[in-house]
Amino acid sequence: MSILVKSNTKVLIQGITGSFGARHAQLSIDYGTAVVAGVTPGKGGQFFEHGGQKVPIFDTVAEAVKQTGATASAVFVPPPFAADAILEGADAGLDLVVAITEGIPVRDMVRVKRVLIGNTKTRLIGPNCPGIVTPGEGKDSHGGCRIGIAPGYIHKKGNIGVVSRSGTLTYEAVWQLTSRGVGQSTCVGIGGDPVNGTSHLDVIKLFNEDPETTGIIMIGEIGGSAEEEAAEWIKQYCKKPVAGFIAGATAPPGRRMGHAGAIVSGGKGTAAAKIEAFKAAGIGIANTPSEMADTLLKMM
Amino acid sequence: MNIHEYQAKQLLAKHGVAVPFGIPVKSLEEVRPAAEKVVAGGSSVIVVKSQIHAGGRGKGTFITGFKGGVKLAHSVDEVMEFAGKMLGNVLVTKQTGADGRQVQTLLLAAGAKIKKEFYLAVLLDRANSRPLIMASTEGGMDIEEVAEKHPEKICKEHVDPALGIMPYQARKVAAALGLKGDLFNTGVKLITSVYNTWWESDASMVEINPLCIVEEADGKESLAAVDAKISLDDNALYRHKDILEMRDLNEEAELEIEASKFNLNYIKLDGSIACLVNGAGLAMATMDIIQFYGGKPANFLDVGGGASREQVTAAFKIILSDPNVKGIMVNIFGGIMDCNVIATGIVAAVKETGLKLPLVVRLEGNNVVAGKKTLAESGVAIITGDSMADAAQKVVQAVGK
Repeated sequence: MSILVKSNTKVLIQGITGSFGARHAQLSIDYGTAVVAGVTPGKGGQFFEHGGQKVPIFDTVAEAVKQTGATASAVFVPPPFAADAILEGADAGLDLVVAITEGIPVRDMVRVKRVLIGNTKTRLIGPNCPGIVTPGEGKDSHGGCRIGIAPGYIHKKGNIGVVSRSGTLTYEAVWQLTSRGVGQSTCVGIGGDPVNGTSHLDVIKLFNEDPETTGIIMIGEIGGSAEEEAAEWIKQYCKKPVAGFIAGATAPPGRRMGHAGAIVSGGKGTAAAKIEAFKAAGIGIANTPSEMADTLLKMM
Repeated sequence: MNIHEYQAKQLLAKHGVAVPFGIPVKSLEEVRPAAEKVVAGGSSVIVVKSQIHAGGRGKGTFITGFKGGVKLAHSVDEVMEFAGKMLGNVLVTKQTGADGRQVQTLLLAAGAKIKKEFYLAVLLDRANSRPLIMASTEGGMDIEEVAEKHPEKICKEHVDPALGIMPYQARKVAAALGLKGDLFNTGVKLITSVYNTWWESDASMVEINPLCIVEEADGKESLAAVDAKISLDDNALYRHKDILEMRDLNEEAELEIEASKFNLNYIKLDGSIACLVNGAGLAMATMDIIQFYGGKPANFLDVGGGASREQVTAAFKIILSDPNVKGIMVNIFGGIMDCNVIATGIVAAVKETGLKLPLVVRLEGNNVVAGKKTLAESGVAIITGDSMADAAQKVVQAVGK
């Protein structure tokens, strides 16, 4: 098992004809992911061709779902249209919408989140995230499900769950694991925006229930209190070892560190407070980002 | 993006929030006619307010020794005198750092007869992804201090974004502020307008501190936003051309503006070890690991997912224009990017900038063997790090020498 997606999950790509979406659609197809449809309004009836595969393009997500049975989507739509694209995915009854787009206005996400609260069918991951990978069994984890922009080959099929707000820091953790011969069940990038669809805690709960996941790496960063909330839950309910790292201990207060959500404001959201919460919850602390994998492996 | 107090008040006024009459001035020539207009409006006291993007102005000191970035004047001549000492001079407050900020605009505002001060703000509550109205009877104070010492004095009201602010919610907040009679009804309207300013401007925060009960010339009491601060969501500026025009480049660090031209996300810090990293999370983590091994990071720099040769060269130039920099750590996880392309870019950038400082490069990912070979055979003095920890230790050591 794995969480959220399996190697045979049928994926559609919203914004498949844009340069960014097209590039990553190709990489997902190369990785062996079942990319069954693309959506670009006005280009319905055309095909996205790559590696000998012909992926049909539809005008609407609803039509793509009906024709292909896709259950998950990756959103590569530009920021002004991304909120609409996410809600279109939810309206079409997808199980999972992964929003890669960076730069969506917060107000748009506040509205999206408001709609999704009453929706028990669709889970949103992101926005502004690297996406999700469930590694496959082939060479360099080929044959897995890759939704988003993560490099597929760094993964290895196994039993560690990884959840993070940051893309490259996720790759760093995954690579540390793979280099030590340790594989991953699923790796989830939840995104660096202040309003996102799925929190650290949501993913931790899924890992906790997943029989295949035996250990968890949780990577957080300054801003907000999502890490503290996850830590509180872990302390009481998590049955599996968790190692964590928090980025931004040296970040000056009041400045946004690249990610829209990575800001210490009004003395809230500091790395020190998050690390304290981790410690109190029995989460293993990686003192440096170089020690994320080793910290977890020592606990197991 | 942050805007000045006078701009924040313009936005609030546009949405129906009462603000004291005021005129922004940018040169000494404009001061006298503006001050006369304020006096003609019926105000015997004129508040001369330095416009910089930092708090603590009233208690600030100009580097000339002149005390106070906000002054009360009782005549047009006195306004002229203060303006002469403030305009064009550098003001240091607890929020500006030792370098201070040059005051390029003054707001000449009608002095209000203040009977009572409140705090009112609208912001995003990240914990539940909803707008939050915060109000307190403890106006004019540091709200974080109030939150810590007297949390019971802060009223919090979440707004359902699907409905917008409901009248009963504005009434709850007005009641929490202890407003009565006509002022209660005025307060309800004002609270609604402040919320609408937040929502319609795509603000990340609207803060009115203090919101005041003021006595009008006729002796009647009313409410006014005597000071205001608004910050906007950068991601939404594309749909607010009018607000985008309020951007004041003088308030932004020169190097940060230069970096943004190359799609680089750069923030200057005060350490000696510069870093160049792809990805915001990894960039923060790189700063952290430099500090962990005893160094001090000179900057945050995220070159993004692409890291083209042009970007890397621009990044080196920006890093090198900081005179405090004594060494550089490059940390790239080339997941999909070809590490050899990045290595070639680094070598070219080093040659083009004539870099003399110690440079430690840690490359990992796609085609990394070829990338390391390119670095080794370049003839350029590059120290390679095998891991983040290794690279950080090496750069700290090189700079310490």
